[in-house]
Amino acid sequence: MGVIQDIEKGYLRSDIPSFNPGDTLLIKVRIKEGEKERIQPFEGTVIKMRGSGVRATFTVRKVSYGVGVERIFPVNSPVVESIKVMSKGKVRRAKLYYLRGLKGKAARIKTKR
Amino acid sequence: MIEGILGKKLGMTHIYLDGAQIPVTVIKAGNYVVQKKTKETDGYEAVQIGIGEKKESRVTKAMKGHFAKAGTPCLYRLTELKATELDSLKPGQQINPGDVFKAGDFVDVSGTTKGKGFQGSMKRHNFSGGAESHGSMHNRAPGSIGSSSDPSRVYKGMRMAGHMGSDKKTVQNLRVVDIRAEENVILIRGAVPGAVNSFVVIKKALKK
Repeated sequence: MGVIQDIEKGYLRSDIPSFNPGDTLLIKVRIKEGEKERIQPFEGTVIKMRGSGVRATFTVRKVSYGVGVERIFPVNSPVVESIKVMSKGKVRRAKLYYLRGLKGKAARIKTKR
Repeated sequence: MIEGILGKKLGMTHIYLDGAQIPVTVIKAGNYVVQKKTKETDGYEAVQIGIGEKKESRVTKAMKGHFAKAGTPCLYRLTELKATELDSLKPGQQINPGDVFKAGDFVDVSGTTKGKGFQGSMKRHNFSGGAESHGSMHNRAPGSIGSSSDPSRVYKGMRMAGHMGSDKKTVQNLRVVDIRAEENVILIRGAVPGAVNSFVVIKKALKK
């Protein structure tokens, strides 16, 4: 397994802050449109983290105009320009799937202080 | 030149190329030339290559002599592949993946698939089976296997339940993504047959 870890090491990013499920993130996503490249922000709650090394991914959920939107990002993807932790959430489980059934005030997460 | 090399599947991961995530299989492929088959002595041109070092105490006397003649360590797996320009190869010589392939080449990879044991016709032949509910008792059964008294027998080759897996399969036209010379490792896009630590034969693509 040593060889695979060596290969993965070259693709790991060191500029990604540490975060946990329940945190609110602001992710800047690179979007290529033909020749041009622009940056689109995506802000939401981390509801799921899985995998390790280069294969790790996380899912961010936000409610946009009343419609729930979830996006899965690979942690080490070059498509992710930057990640900023907006607030730390206090949650009691690793996968926050219960948020999918809640909306408005009920879908809030207590912040850690 | 040899038409391919032997490799040992180490596992899968993914890498990023130009912002795109690419799934790759990592294959270790440092080979030795063990024997040359020439037109004069054997009637055809080929090369026997081997991979994977083995404890000397686990090798039979006959094979020990075979490896000693070539001047290679005792190897785990040997195979014979077609080769041209035999003069450039000599027994005991190391063959690295970079000598045969380069990044961007297309290859065919053969290996022994994972054994699945005795499996029914749904898993083994992708039959659709019957209804799962509404009183159906035909849930995973194969259905009719032929006509009545006219042939009075089941035709040969009828797809039925049986042993699945553990057979040689080839995946064609996979792209070589990268070759890492220092570790003798070749990265191939996509999946290849076999379990981790099984041996695979990587050949130049037949159809490209």
